[in-house]
Amino acid sequence: MDLKEKLVSSFMAFEERIDTSSALHDVRTNAIKNFENKGFPSKKEEAWKYTSLNAILKNDFSVFPKKENSVEFAEVKKYFLHEVDTYKVVFIDGKFSSFLSATTHEGIDVCLMSSALTKPKYKIVIDEYFNKIANKDETLTSLNTAFALEGAYINIPKNKIADKPIEIIYFTTGVEDALMVQPRNLVIVGENAHVQIIERHQSLNSNPVLTNSVTEIYAQKRAIVDYYKIQNDNLTANLIDNTYISQKQESRASVHTFSFGGNITRNNLNFYHFGEHIDSILKGITIIGEKQHVDHYTLVQHATPNCESHQNYKTIIGDSATGVFNGKIYVEKEAQKTNAFQQNNNILLSEKATINAKPQLEIFADDVKCSHGCTIGQLDESAMFYMQQRGIPKKEARALLMFAFCNEAIESIKIPELKHRITKIIASKLEVKLGFDL
Amino acid sequence: MLSIKNLHASIEDKEILKGINLEVKAGEVHAIMGPNGAGKSTLASIVAGNENYEVSQGTIELEGEDISELAPEERAHKGVFLSFQYPVEIPGVSVTNFMRTAINESRKAKGLADMPANEMLKLIREKSELLEIDRKFLSRSLNQGFSGGEKKRNEIFQMAMLEPKLAILDETDSGLDIDALRIVANGVNKLKSKDNAVVVITHYQRLLEYIVPDFVHVLMDGKIVKSGGKELALELEEKGYDWIKAELV
Repeated sequence: MDLKEKLVSSFMAFEERIDTSSALHDVRTNAIKNFENKGFPSKKEEAWKYTSLNAILKNDFSVFPKKENSVEFAEVKKYFLHEVDTYKVVFIDGKFSSFLSATTHEGIDVCLMSSALTKPKYKIVIDEYFNKIANKDETLTSLNTAFALEGAYINIPKNKIADKPIEIIYFTTGVEDALMVQPRNLVIVGENAHVQIIERHQSLNSNPVLTNSVTEIYAQKRAIVDYYKIQNDNLTANLIDNTYISQKQESRASVHTFSFGGNITRNNLNFYHFGEHIDSILKGITIIGEKQHVDHYTLVQHATPNCESHQNYKTIIGDSATGVFNGKIYVEKEAQKTNAFQQNNNILLSEKATINAKPQLEIFADDVKCSHGCTIGQLDESAMFYMQQRGIPKKEARALLMFAFCNEAIESIKIPELKHRITKIIASKLEVKLGFDL
Repeated sequence: MLSIKNLHASIEDKEILKGINLEVKAGEVHAIMGPNGAGKSTLASIVAGNENYEVSQGTIELEGEDISELAPEERAHKGVFLSFQYPVEIPGVSVTNFMRTAINESRKAKGLADMPANEMLKLIREKSELLEIDRKFLSRSLNQGFSGGEKKRNEIFQMAMLEPKLAILDETDSGLDIDALRIVANGVNKLKSKDNAVVVITHYQRLLEYIVPDFVHVLMDGKIVKSGGKELALELEEKGYDWIKAELV
């Protein structure tokens, strides 16, 4: 039985475990039908031209783990932003870990998706937001929706500011030979509200993992959302991240994606505008080697006038790794006075390293400022010699150049401890001790 | 200080230096002049360790030690400094951070601990005043968007920070207006001592009015064809290089 068949047949078993009388039942049933029709995407589809899932789909993934593993905090402390107090929503092999989590209902909700989906008091919110901005046609999003049960539920009411950053961490422990998990997050940020969120998927073992995650984020009027994704997983972990962001007027949403590890990583990041004077910020740093594969597939849908979007993706690829950047900016006819910028710079460190870069601009309004820039190159030899001449050894000179290359996306991290952490991860990727800070 | 013997070098099989001999002693200032394409910048680059050139024959000694096999940074740690004709822009790295890294890497190579931050700041303040550099300038990305003159002044600022034994100034005067030229030359003169040496590469005699050489060499077609005192520079300025060519025939 291949994975698609296995998933479709598991759906019935899954439905028996949950409440089939709820309105969610129809949502899930439609979703599994869409997945059953479309199956996993293949390279024949334009959107998946450069990323093949075939090799990973050959694994016999368990969809529901039979056993449970516990994890000691000391083992996983390093994956948390432990220097600073945070709210934490933590999952182990797809199941909530109350032991590792620090949730809250005081003024703001930082808790479990499973509660929100099942408890009556959340029904109004779920009816209004769940699976609304997510693309119902997209097959992997549908697959996630069909099985959506666990994940983080974050609701910051009007005029509230989340007093601490929120960490959402999914650990896998190797409880099964191969495990597929499908986290589902819902983030609602009310008018004038503000939140900072860090999301991470971390495998603690070398057994293959496939994570198919969906996150819906709603930024209401003048809301500020800063979302950080840390992807520094091991070489047997695969991640398909589908993030959908709905923004109302004068809201500002930023997503930083730090892709340093994993086997295959695909980031589908989608911004939709519903109001004027919206600002969307997409930043990415990708540093990969060996045979890693990272694919950034972004969409900014400008549907309303006077909005801005800023994309800046920096990629450094070594060994025989492959990077993909497919960035689409869509400016609808009504979206006059749009300012949409996209920058994608790539450095290839070896002969076998590959980047497929495809900027796409579709503009139907006539009074807009849109630009895109894409560069692919090697490290500047003359800059290397210049730095060495001043006494900086080759390895450090390389690192300094690469740091400088990524600097813009590091500088804009608003949580100082996270900035420090990312800087340290980058330093370890570049195999240098930092004698400098940027 | 610097002793170059029978240096032959090529790039992509094209021979550029065809047997250079040069002796520079501590406390001396040497000027190397010559027409375009003679090999002046190549010589500077090779002494600094640029790996793009193939050295086929000859030796380069610094204080009696053969440095021709050393990496550029190792030469820098031993006191070689090259002021680039075209300083490279490095976006994202501030002048201050670059200098801090350079100085601390050099100290590390000598087995010393990092320079304490307050000492570093003091040094930066002192040297930036010497070259009349605005402090705001130091937090900008290295050479990015600098004017030609600013880049050159920044090179000499770095030289002042690093206090090399042997400084090679490659066309440092190009792109400088007269005020900047005076500031740069003044900086170089203040750094000069009996223990270090300066090699000035230039097309024009102009800079040599401010940085007065003890010796002037004429480099043509990969060889030093004539050497003399500072009056040779004046003669070259007046008569060009053709008369030397005529002498060689």
